[in-house]
Amino acid sequence: MSEASSAPGGEREDGAPILEVRDLTVYHGQLRALDRVSLRVFPGEVYAIIGANGAGKSTLLRTIAGLHHPTEGSIRYDGQDVTKVRPERRATSGIAMVPEGRRLFQSLSVEENLQVGATYARKGPWTIEQVYELFAWMKERRNQRTAQLSGGEQQSVAIGRALVANPRVLLLDELSLGLAPVVVQRIYGMLPQILATGLTVLLVEQDVSQALRVASHLQCLLEGRTTLEGKPADVTPEEVEAAYFGLRSAPAEQGSEEPLWSGSTTSSRES
Amino acid sequence: MVWINDIITGILIGGLYALFACGLSLMFGVMKVINLAHGDLAVVGGYLAVGVITVTHIPVLWSFVVVVPLMAVLGYVLQRTVIQAALNRSILTTLLVTFGLSVVIENGLLQFESANSHSLGVGNSIITSSFSIGSQITIAYLLLLIFVVAVVVLGGMQYFLSRSRYGRMIRAVADDQEAAQLSGIDYRHVFGIAAAIAFGTVALAGIAYGMYSQFAPTTGTDTILLFAFAAVVIGGLGSLWGTLLGGVVLGVSQAIGAQISGSDEFLAGYIVFLVVLVLRPQGLIARRSTS
Amino acid sequence: MTALAETTGRSAEKYRVTRSRRNVAWTGIGALVVVVVLALFPYIIGAGTETIMVQGFIILTLASMWNLLAGYAGLVSVGQQVFVGLGAYFVLALNINRVPMFSALPVAAIGCGVAAIPLWWLVSRLRSGYFAIATWVLATTVELIIEKISSLGSGTGLSLPHTPSLSSAVLEAYTYWIGLAVTVLALLAVYLLLRSRLGLVLTAVRDDEVAARSSGARVGLARMIVFVVAGIGCGAAGALLAVSQLIVQPSAVFSVQWTAEMAFAVIIGGLGTIEGPILGTIVYMVLQQTLASYNAWYLIILGLVAIVIAIFARRGLWGLVDDYLHVRLFPVGYWLWDPAAAGRSRSLRFGRRAGGKHS
Repeated sequence: MSEASSAPGGEREDGAPILEVRDLTVYHGQLRALDRVSLRVFPGEVYAIIGANGAGKSTLLRTIAGLHHPTEGSIRYDGQDVTKVRPERRATSGIAMVPEGRRLFQSLSVEENLQVGATYARKGPWTIEQVYELFAWMKERRNQRTAQLSGGEQQSVAIGRALVANPRVLLLDELSLGLAPVVVQRIYGMLPQILATGLTVLLVEQDVSQALRVASHLQCLLEGRTTLEGKPADVTPEEVEAAYFGLRSAPAEQGSEEPLWSGSTTSSRES
Repeated sequence: MVWINDIITGILIGGLYALFACGLSLMFGVMKVINLAHGDLAVVGGYLAVGVITVTHIPVLWSFVVVVPLMAVLGYVLQRTVIQAALNRSILTTLLVTFGLSVVIENGLLQFESANSHSLGVGNSIITSSFSIGSQITIAYLLLLIFVVAVVVLGGMQYFLSRSRYGRMIRAVADDQEAAQLSGIDYRHVFGIAAAIAFGTVALAGIAYGMYSQFAPTTGTDTILLFAFAAVVIGGLGSLWGTLLGGVVLGVSQAIGAQISGSDEFLAGYIVFLVVLVLRPQGLIARRSTS
Repeated sequence: MTALAETTGRSAEKYRVTRSRRNVAWTGIGALVVVVVLALFPYIIGAGTETIMVQGFIILTLASMWNLLAGYAGLVSVGQQVFVGLGAYFVLALNINRVPMFSALPVAAIGCGVAAIPLWWLVSRLRSGYFAIATWVLATTVELIIEKISSLGSGTGLSLPHTPSLSSAVLEAYTYWIGLAVTVLALLAVYLLLRSRLGLVLTAVRDDEVAARSSGARVGLARMIVFVVAGIGCGAAGALLAVSQLIVQPSAVFSVQWTAEMAFAVIIGGLGTIEGPILGTIVYMVLQQTLASYNAWYLIILGLVAIVIAIFARRGLWGLVDDYLHVRLFPVGYWLWDPAAAGRSRSLRFGRRAGGKHS
């Protein structure tokens, strides 16, 4: 398995992207939720997708996980085209998603939730015991029903459930939803330990400052289109704000017209 | 004092009703399918047993070994094809399709068999006799055996669901299909397993019923389906022991009804069913978790 | 210029909203012609055919009621036979008390409507599958209760004691006309109901119940009205059954086969359209007549066809016709005409159709 980049940043394009999305277009009924969105995630990165409510962030993640079908576009994972692959097959190949709202199995205990996650686990460092080490409180309460846990604890169990499958790419959908800021910080604080085992993280986050803090690369969506893409260090707060809200002063609105890359790595600042 | 005998019979027959019901409960709990053909499947099991015995001349008790796995496989196949196709459309469609299946099965049986009743002779004289406790109570061995089998099967199912890997998968899919997919579980396969268990248990119950009583092509909808549903509703969805309790309550209501007047046996059961449906549709033992 | 005109460059006044694509007067006249022709049948055809037509009327009435329940109100009932039975027994009970049977029919229908109210109260809070089973249990329970009444014939049933002293040909003709009247009234009632506000409420509920409720739609009331109307309709069909058979037997009038027949006719013809039940009934009658000598076969085939259609052609045979020809005989939806696209089929169609994404 390739070694993870030691730190966010460094030359992205040294190797092949582990996840590549091209011109993805997704409809919810008659509403176009994603309009020719593209992205590339390289191993070891923390790739953050930000944007306002309804921008299409969760749809993007869910489509990558296989829960939505795109009308156009393709998804390549580890070099293979997975656009038509069923969600459970993607999961067993190494794409694990922590869905929005946790979605724990209510009638199962904490440990049973983890056991289900491990049903078709790949080989790797993550085991249920490892998860108990990551979240110190969990082992003691492993036989409790998930309904009795707090929001932050449930989120931890959901993350653990995805980890025990030993994925290569971890998709995190709106971790901060419904949680107190202090709890959110604590959970995001786990990311380094997760990354240290060789995972790549693609996350969706409404809380922009939180995303900027953990991301090694970010992309902003607005009404299904990409409005910004680059490294956190390379974008100014004003640019982020403009991209987030879709103000006319935002430079180079990416959309149906212009491909995100055409062989160069210029960021969207240049038009 | 005459009542005690009937009440005990009612309790024991409740085990049979629970055996009918557990497959229905499973299919509804896991895939939200109300299988209106469920009762007819029990009758199919009975007819298959008759057919197998007629052709191979094996002892009646061995018919279980042949028919139950056969029906389980049939359940898996039917689920993966017809019922899944209906599920992909909507719940309304599954209701219509299972209703259609029920009509097709019944009329198919009417066409190829006669409308007469069949019964599976048990052959073993010990089982057909009964034993007595005191001077008031006489219990048929067969009925007691059926009750024991029912409890064992229900207990086995409960153990399977709560301890085994597949049982966990089934419960997970029942809770949240999508989240289960994200954990790598093909819910269609899990649905198939659940249907296989449902078909197998209902065939088991059907053969047992055939030993104890008689069945005809329309028995499936005349009696069995509604009894099964009554047991599930009265006991509460989501709990197999609740289904047993529901079956027992139904059996006892019928026994009491029979005491009041011979023809009121079934009516009493239906009235209890309606009362529970109206007053407490979640059943006597409400499901532990919210759904 | 209005805001709309500003953004689209077109004036809102030029848009037209109509209830139907073509002039509905033609359909109305056509329907009238059909009814008149049917009314003349007794002078043309023999008594045997009349009996078959009456059977068809019964099925058609039942089918349009079941369609109203399942296709528009989302209520899948497998217990409608309770009203068939009650309708028949009302006629019997009235006839025993010397009410002429033809006069008893409308009274029986109303009686079933009244009976529907407490029955609705019993089942109204239940959802889909539970609702279905509850209606079935209800039907079985009512049957068992009625079988205890000896004055009504207990389990074996009773013939109508006071039939009119007419020749059998005239009796058949009268029965036929009454049957025709019942069917026409039933279809008319369904049509008017769906064109009314109630129909709009039902469509809204079918698309999004929460949104409908929060817009003020009285969903519970709408469903109850539908249930009662269906009760009246099925009761009328049951009364017609009693009148045409001249005998009422509990196992026949309360049989779940009635639900099978009306449901299959609707599914095959097209759930959620008014034309569907008509087409479905025709298919059903044709099948029944051609396979009559093969006993249970027609139900087997009917059932299999219904299953296949339910899965693969959700909107039934009429749905297929509608898809290809864009014909709607009973216009209950709305058509939006875009002036810029005059002459081409660019009109947008809104309106009541089961088979939307939620069905």
